Amino acid sequence: MSAPSPVELDEPVADDVAIPATPWITIVWNDPVNLMSYVTYVFQKYFGYEKKKAEKLMMEVHNDGRSAVSSGTREEMERDVQAMHEYGLWATLERQE
Amino acid sequence: MSGFSYHRRGRQVIATFSGFEADLLRSLASQLVELLHNEAALPQTSVDPLEAMFDFSGPTTEPDDPVLARLFPTAYRDDEEAAGEFRRFTESALRDGKAKAASTIIDTLEEAGLPPELAEDGLVIDVELDPATAETWMRSFTDIRLALATRLGIEDDDEGYWEALSEDDPHGQVYRIYQWVGYLQETLVESLSRAA
Repeated sequence: MSAPSPVELDEPVADDVAIPATPWITIVWNDPVNLMSYVTYVFQKYFGYEKKKAEKLMMEVHNDGRSAVSSGTREEMERDVQAMHEYGLWATLERQE
Repeated sequence: MSGFSYHRRGRQVIATFSGFEADLLRSLASQLVELLHNEAALPQTSVDPLEAMFDFSGPTTEPDDPVLARLFPTAYRDDEEAAGEFRRFTESALRDGKAKAASTIIDTLEEAGLPPELAEDGLVIDVELDPATAETWMRSFTDIRLALATRLGIEDDDEGYWEALSEDDPHGQVYRIYQWVGYLQETLVESLSRAA
């Protein structure tokens, strides 16, 4: 993103090349305590995911050690991470690579 | 020991505990409340109530106690400053929420007839929870299990070690309590999935 340049009048209106802000992601990490059924329940309840998607994400956490469970602005991801901590899940946020 | 079940007609999640079991749950919940309120890293409370209203500061560094460090994990892995800011604005609210949830367990059990001091044998405590309260219990059971597991040092796939501990081993006893709360939580998840 660049700073506004007041003299360049010919610059095209950039609505078709709008660069989205770099998305952020919420990562949930595996831990030896949380039940698979509980993690699935939390993904369904908080994110509103279908059971199938919630189970897929839970299995990623379980097998790969981590899963990106949501993406959006930094503020949105901070809200999601806080909610995961409320539920006792180990969550962090980071910029999507 | 039968865990929780969902009764569709009354839209209630119900369970029956012995006096001993109810007393144990109350004790676990009380210890959690105490831990959440007792850490030195809690924000300073100012005396002036007006000043207190404008005091949004919370702790910025990870709690020393490993249980609290697990309950309030560092949100940014590679950015200490952002992690501190996140903690400052969230940890106090999270602490209050978790303490409130644990207190809900205590209140529900006492309203269901658990006396302040368990004395009589054969006491039976019937608990009936609406779905929202059942979810609060379920969340708090997570915190209790995280606390027990952190104290014990439970790791992935080490069930064999813990199950081999004798009945007399204090760690073995704590592990069995941990397993029992896990069983109760599993039946709560099932009940709430049915209620949804």
